[in-house]
Amino acid sequence: MNQKRTFHTILVMLAMSGILIAVLRHTATGTPFLPGQEKSVWLVEARVDFEATGGPVSASLSLPDVQLPGFELFEEQAASPGYGFAILTDNGNRRAEWTKREAQGEQSLYYSAQLVESDSDSSSSAEQPGGEEHPADWEEAQELAAREVLDRAREKSSSAQSMARELINLLNSPASQNTALLRAGNTDQAQLLMQLLDRADIATRSVMGLYLEDARRRQTLTPMVEIYTGEEWLLVNPQTGEVGVPPNLLLWHRGGVSVLDVTGGAESRVHFSMIRQTIPATQLAQVKNSDSMFARLGVQRLPIEEQSMFKLLLLLPLGAAVVVFMRVIIGFKTSGTFMPVLIALAFLQTSLVAGLISFVLIVAIGLALRSYLSRLNLLLVSRIATLIVMVIFLISAFSIIGYQLGYSTGMTITFFPMIIIAWTIERMSILWEEDGPSEVMKQGGGSLLVAVLAYLIMQWSILEHLTFNFPELNLVLLALILAMGQYTGYKLSELRRFRAMDEV
Amino acid sequence: MSKAWVSPKHLREYGMLGMNCRNVDFINRYNERKLFPLVDNKLKTKLLAQEYDVPTPGLKFVVREQHEISHIERELAGLESFALKPAKGSGGKGILVVTGRQGEQFVRSSGALMSIPDIRRHMSNILAGLYSLGGSSDVAIIEDLIAFDDCFAGYSHEGVPDIRIIVFRGYPVMAMLRLATHASDGKANLHQGAVGVGLALDTGRCLKAAQYGRPIKLHPDTGRALSDIQISGWRDILLLAAQCYDMTGLGYIGTDIVLDKFAGPQLLELNARPGLSIQITNGRGLLPRLRHIEGLTRNRRFRTEQRVDYVMRQFAEDEPAPQSAAAE
Repeated sequence: MNQKRTFHTILVMLAMSGILIAVLRHTATGTPFLPGQEKSVWLVEARVDFEATGGPVSASLSLPDVQLPGFELFEEQAASPGYGFAILTDNGNRRAEWTKREAQGEQSLYYSAQLVESDSDSSSSAEQPGGEEHPADWEEAQELAAREVLDRAREKSSSAQSMARELINLLNSPASQNTALLRAGNTDQAQLLMQLLDRADIATRSVMGLYLEDARRRQTLTPMVEIYTGEEWLLVNPQTGEVGVPPNLLLWHRGGVSVLDVTGGAESRVHFSMIRQTIPATQLAQVKNSDSMFARLGVQRLPIEEQSMFKLLLLLPLGAAVVVFMRVIIGFKTSGTFMPVLIALAFLQTSLVAGLISFVLIVAIGLALRSYLSRLNLLLVSRIATLIVMVIFLISAFSIIGYQLGYSTGMTITFFPMIIIAWTIERMSILWEEDGPSEVMKQGGGSLLVAVLAYLIMQWSILEHLTFNFPELNLVLLALILAMGQYTGYKLSELRRFRAMDEV
Repeated sequence: MSKAWVSPKHLREYGMLGMNCRNVDFINRYNERKLFPLVDNKLKTKLLAQEYDVPTPGLKFVVREQHEISHIERELAGLESFALKPAKGSGGKGILVVTGRQGEQFVRSSGALMSIPDIRRHMSNILAGLYSLGGSSDVAIIEDLIAFDDCFAGYSHEGVPDIRIIVFRGYPVMAMLRLATHASDGKANLHQGAVGVGLALDTGRCLKAAQYGRPIKLHPDTGRALSDIQISGWRDILLLAAQCYDMTGLGYIGTDIVLDKFAGPQLLELNARPGLSIQITNGRGLLPRLRHIEGLTRNRRFRTEQRVDYVMRQFAEDEPAPQSAAAE
């Protein structure tokens, strides 16, 4: 009994560790549990244009952070012929820097980034309140107007957030004389808003955002304002007063530093084009986590050719489990224990119907040929060898005829395990002679049925995806197979076999 | 119509032994792997039986090599009747029974004729391993044909009836008589259509009978009432079966015994994975008896006779078989 308990503990531990590793892999690498999941990726390209004056050139472009609210940087690259390129981090700001000893005329520099939409909310909320100063040099009348606007806004508001909202409302009302006066000296509403909020002792800082819309070109950055509420930084749209980061807004640049600095050039400008792509989540997880421990221990590290082999190999436990289930629990008779799994593997390559038809045809023709062989009085080994040669001829003939008729599926017949087929034919032919055709039908049919079942399960895309991307789940299968190995209950077929017991 | 299925609950009540349970709880537990060749190889069984003075059909000769087959007619010259068997065959496969001669031809038990080349081909098939488990190479045994006892006249069609007794840890626990039929082609294997007749462990008389897993009352070919069957010398047969445990050391075996008209009970072969149909022919499950024997501890050192007497007492059928009265 104690031994049994140890055995059960081992089973549970096997299954649990399989599931645990799979869950860990899922959380660590983001490999999805279900196949066919796609993630959208934004491909954003920044293009910097300027007129080089002939001397040394250095261009510096502010870059988005790796972790952004709603987005995650997943790949970036720069293309700019003849330029040295580096990504520098300065004061927490990432900047791309292109340099060249001598440049003349129109220059275009490209930086592109792939950004994945993510649920991560790593906004700057936890940062220190250190805002920027926005000195305004206003005239007397403007100062007065500003004070009046601030007073009116303060009356209607209770917090930094509502203050900002009221200010924007006031700035947007065209009829007001005060706002017209303030606007006279300043066209940039974001700048104006920050200057006003400075007076109200609310810390602010400027942010440049990029609205992502599919297949847009020549886009520019939109100025935004972040205000400090005393607890966190909030993004405010200075045009509409909307609070929070819109889902399609990419925070490209933050702080007072300029977005683009070009020395040795004139008429510099930057604009953006973007496109939305969808890529399978599995692929994304692979690229994103190429350095993680899970990826190192995953099959995906192997060359593609070996990978596809592993894809089949990792399906085998599934087929084996099906055979164990069908034999132990259901009580199916199959000719050759694991022959059905091999046939099912061949079906995976040929597709089911074509595979079934060609398998039955090959075995049937093989049986007919074998009945002639039995008259030749051959030794068993050479008879099997003859059968192998015949099976290969049959398969080649099928492939060629199929190809000539325009069915490329004919070619996949070669995936059938020929030696196994030869043995199957031999066994069936003996069975035919000894137990009659009905037993051949029974065992052959049983084998085919199990093969079809194994095929259906192995080609189920969820299971295929799971076994390949989470090979550790095979531990669960192993536990299942082991558990079935200790099953001492009745087989389903025995309920029929022993049916006479009810009558006696 | 009778029911097509029986519920697992009923099967448990009857104490039926299922195949999974047999394999895990009995064969794996009581049959040591290294002892299997003793029973899987009929030649080894036969030699072992001779060593232990267990009666078994006489061994004429063994064909081990392919080249011996070319001059096999010289060896067969003096034999009027014989049985040709693969040493590692299973399920009665590859057994050729020759009952007589007709000129150059050999007459099979089915009445079919075989020429020397037919016999050669059969032998080379045996040597190549066609009938052996896993296709490993094999040897062919030629042994004396059983002159089967007259008490089975009218009960067996074209073949030798044999008695299958399940022996668990040296205790015979269940017995049946297997009668060849036309459908089974002279073979005594139940799945091939032979009739199984359950035998009472105390007296050796018929309990019930079944063919293809269904109860029957008359032999399908000869029409004789199976319930009249009564094996004489029953205790000697049980003794022979029980001896096979001492001989092989295998805890769970099926012994196949034939009755020779002149030499009495003979051990034909042993089986380390005996089938389950014997339960249907007995109308009772094996499990209660197996568990009972498993529970015996103080009797472990019983001698063969004591074990046989114990089961004849312990597993005696109290009431007469209900078959003749209840049915029809």
